[in-house]
Amino acid sequence: MKRSRHVEPKQLAPTPASPGRRRFIVGSAVAGGGLALGFNVPLGAATQTAAAPVAEINAWVVIQPDDTTIIRIARAEMGQGTRTGLAQLVAEELDCDWRKVATDSISPGQNLARKRAWGAMGTGGSRGIRDSQDYVRRGGAAARIMLVEAAAAQWGVPASELTVSEGVITHAPTGRRVSYGKVAAAAAKLTPPDPKSITLKDPKDWKIAGKPLKRLDTADKLNGSKIYAIDVKLPGMLCAAIQASPVFGGTLASFDADRIAGMPGVKRAVKVNDGAVAVVADTWWHAKKALDALPVVWNEGDNGTQSSDTIAARLKEGLTADGNNGSRQNGDARKAIDGAAKKVEAVYATPFLAHATMEPMNCTARVSADRAEAWVSTQNPEGALATLSETAGVPLAQCEVFRYDLGGGFGRRGGAQDYVKQVVEIAKQFPGVPIKLIWSREEDMTHDFFRPISQCRMEAGLDEAGALVGLHVRVSGQSINAFSNPAGITGGKDMRQLQGYYAEAGDAQLGYTVPNLLIEYAMRNSHVPVGAWRGVNTNQNGVYMECFIDEVARAAGKDPLEFRRALMREHPKHLAVLNAAAEKAGWGTPLPAGVHRGIAQFMGYGSYSAAVAEVSLTPQGKVKVHRMVLALNCGHAVNPDQIAAQVEGSVAYGLSAAFYGESTVKDGRVVERNFDTYPILRLAEMPKVETVIVPTFDFWGGVGEPTICVVSPAMLNAVHAATGKPVRRLPLRLSDLA
Amino acid sequence: MAKLNVNGKVHDVAVEADTPLLWVIREQIGLTGTKYGCGVAQCGACSVHFNGAVARSCSIPVGSVKPTDRIVTIEGLSAKSTHPVQRAWAEVDVPQCGYCQSGQIMAAAALLKQKSDPSDADIDSAMTNICRCGTYQRIRTAVHAAARLAATGKQAAAAADTGSDA
Repeated sequence: MKRSRHVEPKQLAPTPASPGRRRFIVGSAVAGGGLALGFNVPLGAATQTAAAPVAEINAWVVIQPDDTTIIRIARAEMGQGTRTGLAQLVAEELDCDWRKVATDSISPGQNLARKRAWGAMGTGGSRGIRDSQDYVRRGGAAARIMLVEAAAAQWGVPASELTVSEGVITHAPTGRRVSYGKVAAAAAKLTPPDPKSITLKDPKDWKIAGKPLKRLDTADKLNGSKIYAIDVKLPGMLCAAIQASPVFGGTLASFDADRIAGMPGVKRAVKVNDGAVAVVADTWWHAKKALDALPVVWNEGDNGTQSSDTIAARLKEGLTADGNNGSRQNGDARKAIDGAAKKVEAVYATPFLAHATMEPMNCTARVSADRAEAWVSTQNPEGALATLSETAGVPLAQCEVFRYDLGGGFGRRGGAQDYVKQVVEIAKQFPGVPIKLIWSREEDMTHDFFRPISQCRMEAGLDEAGALVGLHVRVSGQSINAFSNPAGITGGKDMRQLQGYYAEAGDAQLGYTVPNLLIEYAMRNSHVPVGAWRGVNTNQNGVYMECFIDEVARAAGKDPLEFRRALMREHPKHLAVLNAAAEKAGWGTPLPAGVHRGIAQFMGYGSYSAAVAEVSLTPQGKVKVHRMVLALNCGHAVNPDQIAAQVEGSVAYGLSAAFYGESTVKDGRVVERNFDTYPILRLAEMPKVETVIVPTFDFWGGVGEPTICVVSPAMLNAVHAATGKPVRRLPLRLSDLA
Repeated sequence: MAKLNVNGKVHDVAVEADTPLLWVIREQIGLTGTKYGCGVAQCGACSVHFNGAVARSCSIPVGSVKPTDRIVTIEGLSAKSTHPVQRAWAEVDVPQCGYCQSGQIMAAAALLKQKSDPSDADIDSAMTNICRCGTYQRIRTAVHAAARLAATGKQAAAAADTGSDA
């Protein structure tokens, strides 16, 4: 079994060496040595001396004398395969030997020290590859140019006479050959070319990128040796369990520490900010047990009166209220619908959802007067560093964040670094002592930044021939920007909530042309914290639009595919993907008795998606999804096998939400606390997924999120076909099927 | 105080009897491949082999474990990651984030001990661990692949690789 080609743990030295020539450690020797001492995080700069000599060609590429090629990755890896994809892009332009590629992650402290040489590190919105592909490819190409120049200088020949293949430079006229590792030290001393002067390869010529290569980071996920942040062990480390106010916005009134004094391993209970209490102990289990035994009094405030019903009533009012918080329109939808030969109306609803990453929130921190460090898995490393510095009151330059791959992200570990802030607040009360904070699953599920709740009222008008003449969409629901990014709202308008309905091309454009169209958003916020959840608003908006289009097609007496095609003539890219899914699925061909199809298409994160679902009802009246065909145009397909993996994962994540996902609110708090009441789709319920990638090679779209928004509507439309009844609220309830 | 046989090695651990086996494995014995996911035997991230059968270690109080009970964690499945399940997982490129995969692999290995050539229905009923990344389709493929690897005798290397529970 090969070892993982990703180096972990990363960013090993607490004190950066010379930032201009920082060494990165390769190989498992260091981690192994640490484990022998009972620690899995090597400490001190001394460990660096174990590293082989390396040459940093530029920020992205480091080459060792034995030709090992280390590609540095700034974005976060949370399972989505970005590490492997970015490495493929760099390696492609570098023309190195893929078998000799390893990767390393840079830390936010290193990025800061080098004036953000690695650019943005945040990973969300399916932007990991598409937002950095240009500069990482230029980084790979620049390194290749420097290596070739170094060889040319060594041989005294023009660089133009040299060719490169798999990390070997050849001078054909004289038959001389040299590998990258032999000229790397000389290349590192050369002046880098102007990135703008570099011509990148035509993707048609790609040999490494665009191929379904195996991931670089699999091996240590198979034998328990991969270290996640939750596994961090440091000398003298203590563990913390935490409880925040069950009611969002509530504050800590008091706790009775005497009741847990003397419990095994307990150090003490501490206040965390104004709204949480933690117990610190020698082990996490001791901390958790003591926390469970700790009497705590909360000031719940007015939010304690809120419930799913009060929130739903507020949203319902927004469906018909005057004014809006963002809209697009053409023609006069109201007039067209009012005068239409046939009208169709429906109201849909989707709930709050928890992310439920498999690895619960956690972070380890050590804070002293002049140094603060955190060991954390985060989608937002620079945000974690800023939170660490700000909360610890230690200047940025004296802080460092040691990153670990995430045991799931899905948006939860992005914008808010709440768990970093908490552990730093605790660690400040134990100067110099590393504190590992782990949230229980119950804490994780009840203190999420939930997918926003929303409702949608749809009205359509059809003419006598069954053509759609008017469409009025009114979304009412909570705004993510209002909660976490008020600057994203201008003049009271928050267009992000209409993701997928945009008129503008490029990101999340509606694929239909309707002669009279009005789409509106009514902002109706609650006290529940909300945030990005894999697919964000395309999920809900996709369900509303695509389920309703099916309802309208039925009312028009038309085939759902044909009805859509007629509306998509001005959106050929959307249409091509819809057609690809329909063709692969065999739309219109006979199915076994009792099996029904549904179709959907939508756009988000710069990519076009479509799905066809095949479902039947079990004798118990439950939905069985047999097969899902998904088509995706993400522009360039960097690793088709990993794209397929993301599509398969989107089906599981989307169906899980559609069948089970709901965080309900009672007495101001979230009711569902663990997987027994917040069920997740299991293997037995997973349909056969077929992925059709139809890249057009003329743009860079996202991959992690786009397809999730067509999963639920395709399935729900198939259910509608099976039962003859539309499903208009999620999660799907048995009573809505009968 | 408890005596535990983990991966063929006996450990003396000083813990209260109600401490879940999971936390003893992670915090006392120091093997972190076995993961915490829910604490209520729902997700299976903490799956280990307990006398040869798969068990959710978060819900086994250590006081109920006898010194003669054989516990095998992911670290003890094979010495060099050569168990057919591990090889199949690599071949199919199953893991995404990887956090649940220790438990998935232990569940699959236990299934194959009971049924050398499991049907899809067998896999449905045995593989009940949660994966949030949604690797289920590849897990199914990989379980079938592991059964083939085990059957074709390609596991000669695995036999020599004296994992305590391989």
